[in-house]
Amino acid sequence: MAVVEERPAEEIEHELEEVWEDAPGIPGFFATVDHKRIGMRYIYTAFIFFFIAGLQALFIRAQLTVPEADVVGPETYNQLFTMHGTTMIFLFNTPVLAGFGNYLLPLQLGTRDMAFPRLNAFSYWVFVLAGMFMYTSYLVGAPPDGGWFAYLPLTDKVNSPGINLDFWGLGVIFVGISTTVGAINFIVTTFKLRAPGMSINRLPLFVWSILAMAFMIIFAVPAVTVAAALLEADRLFGTAFFDVARGGSALLYQHLFWFWGHPEVYILFVPAVGMVSMMIPVFSRRAVSGYVWAAGSLVAIAFISFGVWVHHMFAAGLPALAMSFFSAASLVIAIPSGVLFFVWIATMWQGQVRWTTPMLFSFGFLFIFLAGGLTGVMVSVLPFDWQVTDSYFIVAHFHYVLNGAVVFPIFGALYFWLPKMTGRMLSERLGRLSFWSMFVGFNVAFFPMHVLGLFGMPRRVYTYAEGLGWETLNVVVTAGSLLFGLGTLLTVVAWVMSRSRGAPAGDNPWDADSLEWAVASPTPHYNFRAIPVVASRHPLWDQQPLPEAMSGDDEGTRSMGTPGALADETPITTGLDAGAEETMEIPRETYLPFLLALGLAVFFTGLLVEAVVVGVAGVVVATIGLLWWAWRTEADLV
Amino acid sequence: MTTAVAVPPASPRRRTYPTGWWGMVVLIMTEAMIFAGLLSSYFFVRAISPEWPLGHIEPPELRRISLFTVVLLGSSVPIFWAEAAIRKGNQRGLRLGLLLSFLLGAIFMANLFIEYEELHFGVRDNAYASLYYAITGLHGLHVFVGLLMNLVVQIKAWQGKFTASRHLTVEIFGLYWHFVDVVWIFVFSSLYVSVGHW
Repeated sequence: MAVVEERPAEEIEHELEEVWEDAPGIPGFFATVDHKRIGMRYIYTAFIFFFIAGLQALFIRAQLTVPEADVVGPETYNQLFTMHGTTMIFLFNTPVLAGFGNYLLPLQLGTRDMAFPRLNAFSYWVFVLAGMFMYTSYLVGAPPDGGWFAYLPLTDKVNSPGINLDFWGLGVIFVGISTTVGAINFIVTTFKLRAPGMSINRLPLFVWSILAMAFMIIFAVPAVTVAAALLEADRLFGTAFFDVARGGSALLYQHLFWFWGHPEVYILFVPAVGMVSMMIPVFSRRAVSGYVWAAGSLVAIAFISFGVWVHHMFAAGLPALAMSFFSAASLVIAIPSGVLFFVWIATMWQGQVRWTTPMLFSFGFLFIFLAGGLTGVMVSVLPFDWQVTDSYFIVAHFHYVLNGAVVFPIFGALYFWLPKMTGRMLSERLGRLSFWSMFVGFNVAFFPMHVLGLFGMPRRVYTYAEGLGWETLNVVVTAGSLLFGLGTLLTVVAWVMSRSRGAPAGDNPWDADSLEWAVASPTPHYNFRAIPVVASRHPLWDQQPLPEAMSGDDEGTRSMGTPGALADETPITTGLDAGAEETMEIPRETYLPFLLALGLAVFFTGLLVEAVVVGVAGVVVATIGLLWWAWRTEADLV
Repeated sequence: MTTAVAVPPASPRRRTYPTGWWGMVVLIMTEAMIFAGLLSSYFFVRAISPEWPLGHIEPPELRRISLFTVVLLGSSVPIFWAEAAIRKGNQRGLRLGLLLSFLLGAIFMANLFIEYEELHFGVRDNAYASLYYAITGLHGLHVFVGLLMNLVVQIKAWQGKFTASRHLTVEIFGLYWHFVDVVWIFVFSSLYVSVGHW
């Protein structure tokens, strides 16, 4: 062991900043490949979509507050619930989790960027362009209106002749590219870019959850891509995949869609669980109890999630034997979820809980997830499911799991990790207020929906008659949704106020254990001056001071220390035990990802307006971008 | 106060491929799922159909495509030669292997277009026809992208950019090309052999 550097630290850090900083202004904006900048952009953009979707939800509630209301017409109502669901799934939940993953993964692994930084930039640009693509539908007055899962034959060209559904179908294919590319990046980064000593059994649980999410994406997203592509082929080119009259099958669409659709629920849920699994131990002041059980459960959920899709189709008239299998598999998924639950309870039980805002959100998540999980077990039982299919009970159930069990951890994560990203703490007072408003509002809004569903209120119907006994509860639901919306706005206020008035965060404001808290807040552009050497599952608790790696002479250790950071390099390590293996050059800023994403956007626009010239132009731009990219690749420098 | 430690390099036995290689492997996994989805759709529709091919249309001839299947699968062999050559630093072997593979792939591609011309059914006729064109078309697109990649690698090879120790691009391209060939075995078995029209 030796003292790390002869030169003063400030001088080195200044030099590093100059090497790693993006070009100022617009060139830097479009050309950056910095995972932190991209990650934060993901989060900001996704939250814009979150509030758009929230506004749509409030319009839906305004329409349903009283019987026979006339706030929006039936057509607008269809567009509202379609775009609300589509936005929340495709444009908020998935990308916001990718945003946290992008920002945090390289930091938690102790490296200087993602494995493919340019692909990372590309996946962001595709996401934002796909979001704009879908929302252009509002500008031309033709938003999708076939429900967020676009079942046939409602959505074929005969029954939906407008351009509305093409925005949806093409947009889903487009945004899927972003998700897939991001998942490839997460997997390779996790396996190849870890700090020396961070063997696979020392990964933070959030990394485990992102890894499980990424593998689910790799195997599930192709199914929805195929479903949407065949739907669009039917609509645009007159093929017969789903046309029963010409031998196709509308049921096939449902299978393809839900083969992705159910894993997608866990694609959203698993990273949220990973966040909670990071926050609860920190605020219980102890290591997570049952680390191996928690990691194993995340992986188990990822596997089982592929065997349950038919439970979305119990009312479609499938053979009883097939349905029994999927019903059983859906019940089985309660086991790993239950294990996770006991891991969190044991951690809190054996620790000393600090009731900070992130902890409140995690704790609220436990209650909501429990309720959502229990109704999940109920609807996986066939006879019960037949009773509540397409009723408000289902709406209640999936909001408990998707809004409650995913959005609450995300809000907790904002209070937990934004200080690392911006260097400023968020107000605890506003945070508590926001949590209680959201928690109470959430339960007031969504719990009565169970009852309404059992009373027979259907989903997706724009109004209802008087005297069905639904009046009081619908008023309660709307009041709750307003309170919930107010709570989310309070967090935005806390977020904005922290930029000017927040207390400085310091490196490790929560006394947390993972590596992202070893660097300054906001994170310097180069992440780590020298790569940390990990010898524990909780490096910041067990390794004080945290040792840094020295640069050696061979390929594997050359880039560990400051000279590597100064040369834009980061080490590559072996897959399981993270031994020093090679050195990777991190690409510089480039417009290529933006150009390629733009080419794709032009291509999809061409398909949308059925203009061959535009489509071909998009393909040409994208191909040039790809060839240029392949030409300049640094792969052979490795 | 931070302390600096020397990290020992990993033992050669533990070493695996670098990031680019793994990236291609994961991309292939997700691409394979797209084909799996389409082929599952094919068998799903086939299982619920009264006859196959639907509407008694005449499926493409098995004899000719068998010949071109040998051509396509054969195009993987020169890639193995090319890789073996560059591992020993043999530039000529690398270039010839890539070129031969390109030609075989291009011949297969040309046959696809000729076959499309000669078929007695169009993509809109019924679900069988749509599935047939979608699956072979998507595979053809993959062959086309593979040929483009081959071009890039080949130009680099003719410029002499690869050496015995640095030729990852060749291996990554090789992975993709083998994938395109292996997928064809599944497409060929499902769309031609199982329909069996000599």
